[in-house]
Amino acid sequence: MVVAASETTEVVLESGWFLENAWLIPVVPAVAFVLIIFFGKRMPRKGAEFGIASMVGALVLSAMAGMQWIGRVNAVSEYTHVPPVVRTWTWWQNGGVHFGIGQHVDGLSVVVLLVVAFISTLVQIYSVEYLHGDRRYTHFFGALTLFSAGMLNMVVAENMIQLILGWEIMGLCSFLLIGHWWEDSANSRAALKAFFTTRTGDVGLLAGTSLLFFAANDWTQKTLGVSGFSIRGLSAWALSGEGSTTAITVGAIALFIACIGKSGQFPLHTWLPDAMAGPTPVSSLLHSSTMVVAGVFLVARLYPVFFEGMDIYGSGLNLIVLIGGVTIIIAAALAFVQDDIKKVLAYSTVSQLGYMMMGLGAGAWLPAVFHIFTHAFFKACLFLGAGSISHSASHHSFDMKKDMGGLRKHMPVTFATWVVSTLALMGVFPFSGFFSKDEIIDNVGHAGYTAFMWVGLTGAFMTAAYMTRATYLTFFGEPRGAAAGVHHGDHHGDHHGDAGHGPRESGPLITIPLVILATLAIGSGLLNAVPFGHSWENFKKWVEPRAEVVSATGIASVVGGPGESRLAAGGEEGKEGKHSSPCGSEKPEGGVCPAPYVKHAEFKWSKAAVSLVLVFAGMIASWFLCVQLYGRRAGPLVGLTSRNGAARAGHRFLVNKYYLDHVYENVIVRTLAGPVARAAYWFNQRVIDAAVNGVGTTAKRIAGWVYKNIDQRLVDGAVNASGAGAQGAGRALQPVQSGKVSQYGALLFGAAAVGGLVLVIINT
Amino acid sequence: MLLNQFLFLSAILFCIGVYGVIARKNAVLVLMSIELILNSVNINLLAFAMRNGNADGHTFALYVIAVAAAEVGVGLAMVLLMYRNRRSIALDELSEMRG
Amino acid sequence: MQVLSDNNWILTVGTFLPLVGVLLMLFVPKAEEATSKAIGIATAAATLVVGVLTLVLFDYGKAGEMQFVANVEWIPVIKSTYYVGLDGISLPLYLLSMAITLLVMIYSWDHVPSPGNPKAFFILMLVLQTGMAGSFVARDLVLFFVFFELVLLPMYFMIGVWGGEQRQYASLKFFLYTMFGSALMLVSFLALFFKTGAESFAIPYLVENGGAIAKNTQIWIFAGMFIGFAVKVPMFPFHTWLPDAHTQAPTQGSVILAAILLKLGTYGFVRIAIPVLPDAAREWAPWIGLLAVIGIIYGAFGCLAQTDMKRLIAFSSVAHMGFVMLGISTLTEFGVNAAIFGMVAHGLITGMLFFVAGSVKERYHTLEIKRLSGMLTQMPRLGWILGFCAMASLGLPGLAGFWGEFPAILSAYQPAEGLPAETFRTYMVVAAIGTVFAAAYLLWLYQRTAFGEPTAEFSGHGDGTPDDHHDLHDVGVYEWIAWTPLLVSILVFGVYPQLMFKVLDPAVGVTMRVFNGG
Repeated sequence: MVVAASETTEVVLESGWFLENAWLIPVVPAVAFVLIIFFGKRMPRKGAEFGIASMVGALVLSAMAGMQWIGRVNAVSEYTHVPPVVRTWTWWQNGGVHFGIGQHVDGLSVVVLLVVAFISTLVQIYSVEYLHGDRRYTHFFGALTLFSAGMLNMVVAENMIQLILGWEIMGLCSFLLIGHWWEDSANSRAALKAFFTTRTGDVGLLAGTSLLFFAANDWTQKTLGVSGFSIRGLSAWALSGEGSTTAITVGAIALFIACIGKSGQFPLHTWLPDAMAGPTPVSSLLHSSTMVVAGVFLVARLYPVFFEGMDIYGSGLNLIVLIGGVTIIIAAALAFVQDDIKKVLAYSTVSQLGYMMMGLGAGAWLPAVFHIFTHAFFKACLFLGAGSISHSASHHSFDMKKDMGGLRKHMPVTFATWVVSTLALMGVFPFSGFFSKDEIIDNVGHAGYTAFMWVGLTGAFMTAAYMTRATYLTFFGEPRGAAAGVHHGDHHGDHHGDAGHGPRESGPLITIPLVILATLAIGSGLLNAVPFGHSWENFKKWVEPRAEVVSATGIASVVGGPGESRLAAGGEEGKEGKHSSPCGSEKPEGGVCPAPYVKHAEFKWSKAAVSLVLVFAGMIASWFLCVQLYGRRAGPLVGLTSRNGAARAGHRFLVNKYYLDHVYENVIVRTLAGPVARAAYWFNQRVIDAAVNGVGTTAKRIAGWVYKNIDQRLVDGAVNASGAGAQGAGRALQPVQSGKVSQYGALLFGAAAVGGLVLVIINT
Repeated sequence: MLLNQFLFLSAILFCIGVYGVIARKNAVLVLMSIELILNSVNINLLAFAMRNGNADGHTFALYVIAVAAAEVGVGLAMVLLMYRNRRSIALDELSEMRG
Repeated sequence: MQVLSDNNWILTVGTFLPLVGVLLMLFVPKAEEATSKAIGIATAAATLVVGVLTLVLFDYGKAGEMQFVANVEWIPVIKSTYYVGLDGISLPLYLLSMAITLLVMIYSWDHVPSPGNPKAFFILMLVLQTGMAGSFVARDLVLFFVFFELVLLPMYFMIGVWGGEQRQYASLKFFLYTMFGSALMLVSFLALFFKTGAESFAIPYLVENGGAIAKNTQIWIFAGMFIGFAVKVPMFPFHTWLPDAHTQAPTQGSVILAAILLKLGTYGFVRIAIPVLPDAAREWAPWIGLLAVIGIIYGAFGCLAQTDMKRLIAFSSVAHMGFVMLGISTLTEFGVNAAIFGMVAHGLITGMLFFVAGSVKERYHTLEIKRLSGMLTQMPRLGWILGFCAMASLGLPGLAGFWGEFPAILSAYQPAEGLPAETFRTYMVVAAIGTVFAAAYLLWLYQRTAFGEPTAEFSGHGDGTPDDHHDLHDVGVYEWIAWTPLLVSILVFGVYPQLMFKVLDPAVGVTMRVFNGG
């Protein structure tokens, strides 16, 4: 649908029904959630049909919107800014200002919408079999659907408040889903921990949003006519060069704290491995491919703010790069000592999220977003593969050392998809991970963050090594425990009825999603296959915002109704040849910038070869180590940790997760919930309350505190003294109150007579 | 002027009333005594009203009568309740109100 | 100030209709409990109908102005008039009081607390309703004071007669504490009256002339009102009556106390103290803000230390009202809007939490968190409702609590001109940290009571053994009727807050006009 030009239009852009109504995408699952809650149990498939139908609906809508977005982008030249499709409706007002809810759809939103809708659909289909017969089957689908609604809402959010709405709904669903089997207190504790940790990070989100709002609102209202919550307003403001540098920096840091919590970055990553207590589809959807990328998404979404606030390109180090880099190494190291297959994957997720963060921090916006895209497929596939193993082969155990081994013969499909995804995760050419991860590493180096390029390469080596270990333990070697048909105490036996089989392949509802995901794990990288030349960089063309100076009215008027996407000419002259843009580096003249100009490294096989060599080295070294350690009974390396003190200390340090949990739980949480809370309550009961209750006892108890509580005591003393006075007088007069009416009467008349006498005497 | 006579009557009635309130045990009699007191006051008011030649006293007396009616109503209700609960209306047996 | 006097009978009818019901109920013999209850509920329902009619007749284009104004001579000696009116600030609270009373009465249909006597119980609730509604529409200080105090007595009896084991202590403490505050408040009102020329007690008059009082005098007058209202809110350190009153009060008392009575204090700040004495408000604001954030953190710690569910919820009120007071203390439209939204949201959510606590107590005969476990297995619906309310209470976006909490935090970033911005920004960060604690204690409560397996002493349910706990039935019919409107409102206001902000914002703009000029 081509919309008629209005007077300021210089370039007519294509739009379409699906783009303009992208706000429907989160609404569909939200409605489905309500249906599941109220009617789910009465439906033949217990509510799963609502969930799956809504996800398919959301997927179709997203796909159509994606197609229309591509059409919109293709209609203009390569360096022309493509305005997002924005619509708002009044959501609330305060101080006479109206704040909206609506949609902000651009390349980034479309990609993440597609990923979320797609993975959610597959995971829901998978769950039909995986959770078959579970006692809270309907609730599970309800929470899963609500989660998707929350995430999709966050992705299309027009402003920060709407983004927070989605953000917190995801947190809630994460809580519900991790604690799905809440009869076991370990699960509910993990749920609490996840919610609580991310909530701690959310302090930054609330504070950062407030700060940026007040810093930007005047400018955005004046220049663009939008509120200081709106994403395009904040972006343009950050790049305008007119905002206070302090405000941008502090705001960016505050928001980044929230991203650290949500995306499991160091040092708030500890909740993520514990979150594996939830059912495997949940781990796959929430804690690997979608929800945890919310933090990364926020950085990518408000990239101008972070770009300016963190001074990206300005120096060789900034907070985002640092946290990302540290997370890569820290998490990868932890993945080596895990016995639980899901925890290996969890730490791997943390590590990969570190790559994305590092990329964003180093200005590699596009590779990082592309990594969100590819990572979602292969990580979801790995998790679902782990679920498939536990579902059909290891009696719901996830312990690689006890209950797995040699499974490749029994589970050919699971094995094949696992290997494909593992290779993608390691970044082996030509699997999808190569095209995104290698680009991140390459661009980090290109932008001048050389040290972090080596961190990335080290991470690639470690990734290859720990994934080889996990693959070896699971699929090779001798079958052990449940994989060998041994039965043991099965504490989740109540939700499955198929115990008693040996290892076998899972059913089609599980394997089909696996195959689809594995196919994408191979193929999705080709969307932006930089090594094959410029014409293959479709993802870049469709998704990356073009850094161009556009007129302020150009952005502002986008708010209008359907199809009113207008664009004003600003930087048209730099169309051809080597493009450069003032956005991000200097103050834009005559307009505003929607996005900062980011550099792109030129692909060279020589650079890619380094990382590929490291990956293969990691695989081979790890393979031999595994064969040594786990394959044979006695090798030189077996028992190294018990013989060598340094190795033992290192191992224990890793097994205890750097003692971070210890610090959080035993020191911080216990202190706050224990002594501090009790002290506060003690203060309440013994000091404030006692002060009110009785001045006598209080005086003794808080004698030492007197000077601190003068106010309390003065007020209270007065109250109590007057009470005591009244009491004393009452006691003195008590005998008078005999209860005999006639006596009262006599007293009354006596008093009246006395009064009368007095009157007479006075008046005479 | 008849004022003195009225006042004298009123004083006698008042004293009888006071005596009744203080000395009698029977709650009904006490109530009646209170009525006597109130009416003695009324006579006083009327007497002075006549002397001063305005209607203030009459108004007040009417008001007192109305209040007295209400008071008797409540009083009798209380006596009745007392009788129901205790099978007696002797006031000197009532000392639950002792402080 | 412009006034709209159309349909000016409606507020008087809405306020005093409950007393008509009381009159009717007096003629019903005590033994006919059902009749008493029916009359009570019918009266409350009729009152709510009048309230809804008010809502319909309300001119939303002029939400900032007083509407349905009635102004007749009342006590000419002290120049007090019967002056009532309603604007966008009063409207939600006025309606909330009506709705809550009706719902509480419906809940009481089969939940009359021991020692019974529903007739007296319902009469007290109706009297309470008149006092609450009257306080929200009164535009004259004497009238306001009368209504404000009228609320006290029924609540005293509700706690003292139908309360828990320590009811005598709790009710007396509640009564004396509030009376103490009221006394100071009255003195302040009188001082205000005389300092403005002893002309009128009408609030609009005082708003116009209050600013002319010398600043030092203002500060002292404000101090008196501050204590009066702060006790009611309750703000740290005047909050100690609250946990006792809540813990001992019957469920109905707790709900009304939390949902409406506490709001009288904050409403007093917004309606009287701040607009009448703007200079003093500016001086006091940083201190009010300080007490508010102390309350937030302190209330949260209080919650974390509790072993009793109801007491925990009571302490959470201290924290939540801290957010409300923080919003008010910024003296900005933004903050006050947030505060009023927060008041209504807190009324709905905490009221609901107390309902749930009452039902838990009725079924388990205990509220000790340690002994409650696995509520979700035994009573899934009650468990999920508790979860819903806990989520709403901790300020989850999409539910009503968020819209009181977040804008209040936001507003603290930029307080009114003349206030120390750095101090308030510190408050903002502390308050934001307070939200984490809110999440901590509520989820912790939820995890321990709802999740897990039921404890041994209550797990005999459902297997037909002789020691089967017959009391452990899920949410009943009357509970559903009473709760559904609350739950729906929490969700609706959370999803579409503009419903309320639309009404509040113009009225707050008018009220806070004096601070806009700087």
